[in-house]
Amino acid sequence: MKKMLALSTALGMIATPVLADLNVLSWGGAYGNSHLEAYAKPFEAETGIKVTMSDADNPATPIKAMVEAGNVSVDVASVEYADAVRLCDEGLLEEIDPAILVTAEDGTPAAEDFIEGAVTECFVATDVYSMVLAYDASKFPDAKPSTPADFFDLERFPGKRTMRKGAKFNLELALMADGVPAAEVYEVLSTPEGVDRAFAKLETIKDDVIWWEAGAQPPQLLADGEVTMAYAFNGRIFNAAQGEGKPFEIIWDGQIYEMEGWVIPKGAQNLEEAKQFVAWTTSPAPQARAAEFISYGPPRQSAAAMVGNIEGMDQPMAPNLPTTEANMTNALGSDLDFWVDRDAELNERFNSWLAS
Amino acid sequence: MANALDPHAAIATTATGLADGRLRTADGKPLARALARSQSRARRRAFLLVLPLLAFILITFVVPIGQMLQRSFYNDGFSAHMPALGQWFDENPRGTDPDEAAWTALATDLEAAAEARTIGIVGTRINYDVPGTRSLFTSTGRQVRRGIEPPYREALLEIDEGWAEPRLWSAMRNASTPLTGNFYLAAVDRTRADDGSVVQVEERQRVYVMLFMRTFWLSLVITVITFALGFPIAHLLATLPMRKSNLLMILVLLPFWTSLLVRTTSWMVLLQQQGVINDILVWLGVIGGGQRLQMIYNQTGTIIAMTHILLPFMILPLYSVMRTINPSYVRAARSLGATSWTAFRRIYFPQTLPGLGAGALLVFILAVGYYITPALVGGSSGQLISNMIAMHMTDTLNWSMAAALAALLLGAVLLLYWVYDRMVGIDNLKLG
Repeated sequence: MKKMLALSTALGMIATPVLADLNVLSWGGAYGNSHLEAYAKPFEAETGIKVTMSDADNPATPIKAMVEAGNVSVDVASVEYADAVRLCDEGLLEEIDPAILVTAEDGTPAAEDFIEGAVTECFVATDVYSMVLAYDASKFPDAKPSTPADFFDLERFPGKRTMRKGAKFNLELALMADGVPAAEVYEVLSTPEGVDRAFAKLETIKDDVIWWEAGAQPPQLLADGEVTMAYAFNGRIFNAAQGEGKPFEIIWDGQIYEMEGWVIPKGAQNLEEAKQFVAWTTSPAPQARAAEFISYGPPRQSAAAMVGNIEGMDQPMAPNLPTTEANMTNALGSDLDFWVDRDAELNERFNSWLAS
Repeated sequence: MANALDPHAAIATTATGLADGRLRTADGKPLARALARSQSRARRRAFLLVLPLLAFILITFVVPIGQMLQRSFYNDGFSAHMPALGQWFDENPRGTDPDEAAWTALATDLEAAAEARTIGIVGTRINYDVPGTRSLFTSTGRQVRRGIEPPYREALLEIDEGWAEPRLWSAMRNASTPLTGNFYLAAVDRTRADDGSVVQVEERQRVYVMLFMRTFWLSLVITVITFALGFPIAHLLATLPMRKSNLLMILVLLPFWTSLLVRTTSWMVLLQQQGVINDILVWLGVIGGGQRLQMIYNQTGTIIAMTHILLPFMILPLYSVMRTINPSYVRAARSLGATSWTAFRRIYFPQTLPGLGAGALLVFILAVGYYITPALVGGSSGQLISNMIAMHMTDTLNWSMAAALAALLLGAVLLLYWVYDRMVGIDNLKLG
């Protein structure tokens, strides 16, 4: 069947020399849908290049297999930042020249328009998601928590907390709650004293924390009333609040953001079209459009103002995005190099601390 | 004729006309050899029949597990990509300060690895021993690709002071041979000091030994509880009339057939602080609204959920053994004057031992390797060693470490199996 398909495609191409299809590998689900609606369909309409979308649990995994087997059937793939860096270090990705990226409408060069770290040798970010603090508004009728320090304040804001079981994000949050400005967090955390300080801060609420493992757990724990505050991915909280009408509020102060974006596997068959796709979809207008489908923010500053209402609703999406300026006042970009280096060591210590 | 009275011998010898006293078939071959041949043919045929299964097990079970375990003592991430430096280590004994030749070898290797894009692999390997060095390799690699001039020592130190670190050089020397015991050392909270001796890691980094102990202790507790709960049920199942016991059997099997995740999450709904059980207790007035019990996200939750999930593995072997126990033995004991307790202790219970052994072994071994349930309901005090293996497999991607931990776990289970065999005897095992 596959052979027949390949044969008929080949015959079709000989008969009518149209532009080649572009194969894009994404994640499926609501996120994949945002790629289809905001990127693939309009790109096809504009350029005439047919885009075929397919899904993977994590597109980084098939890329490694494809490139090593020398049979690259994907031209563009959506991967997490950490995977992009790793794949790039292992030589499995094409380099993307930042010069191809589209300048903003007011003339700001792309390099300045993207937030820091959003464009690397092999990677161009499409969206930003973040770890945020969230609370059940019905549990705090009077004063509302508003900072990381409030999360650690069990007297003013009683009730259990839920945090991700692991060192990443929690150590940063603890330092910010302890008064370290976002910009200095990783500097402090690189010193042994800084790590001690973070653990000491975590110790103050240790007995009142339920540790979550799967991303779906924190909204559930909030909804069940098991916890009053949660430290979770913003998309999960947004979905529970919007989709199920739960009274969950997000505290953007101290959010830690990470990026996802496009990479081109080494040896992609339609390299030129792939680059065209990357450049077009990371221009401000499509980025703003994608953010209307899912609460992940555009990584370009000029796109932020262009985001409209939540798709199918009469409310603006902007307040729900990690990248909206008001939400970015005390935001921290997750430091990938730091975690690649220290992940194992700090997780061992974290687990030892957890068990003691 | 010695065997004249044997009718078969008579036939054979008569038919072939030979009379050397050996039994022969109709076509004159010695019977023993013909029998052996036909038996070996049957054996071959039987072997061919199981061959697919054997190949299946070999391909899907033995080879992958073997390869995985090999990672625990074999990691060529550094040695395969840094040949020149490896050679320098071979030529110079431990304790030699790196001279210009060493720095040149390092720079050459870094340049080649950066070009081949293998520097990430090299850095990852060293990072296992000296945390914080992966980025040293990758960032140096990026700069070296733009070109590097001798003298290499100064050039590399200018890129990053970290290259002078003696600990880094010691780690690179250790990694320059692919065979290593370091992962096993780390799996028992040990590490190598700069001079190569084995020492315990800092106290706040120690976690694995404690988790191994906890895993075995919790598994033992769960095995004992499943026995206490399962034994009466199995007895009831085995002694009730068929119709009633079939109904009860369905009740045992229904949860057994239900997805593990469904059962685990049901326990979360039941046991959490705002959950069903706490609600009922508060409603009954047993506890006040403010003193709701913490029954999940701790060790209690792990024990409750795992006991429930593993209970059928205890009940089923016990049941299958108890069903075959002849009730007249106990009756005979009673008629000879034994009290019901004595009859149970000396007559009935010893006969259930094969089932009990099988059940206990099954439950214990399954409990030792459990990880989804403790991950979801274990909180901080209900974590088991398998959660660490999963973390190394999926988060830190340190598969060598995961393999070392798994190998230790496997070794410990095999040791227990051996002890069991010596004490009870594996022939006494009845799985159903």
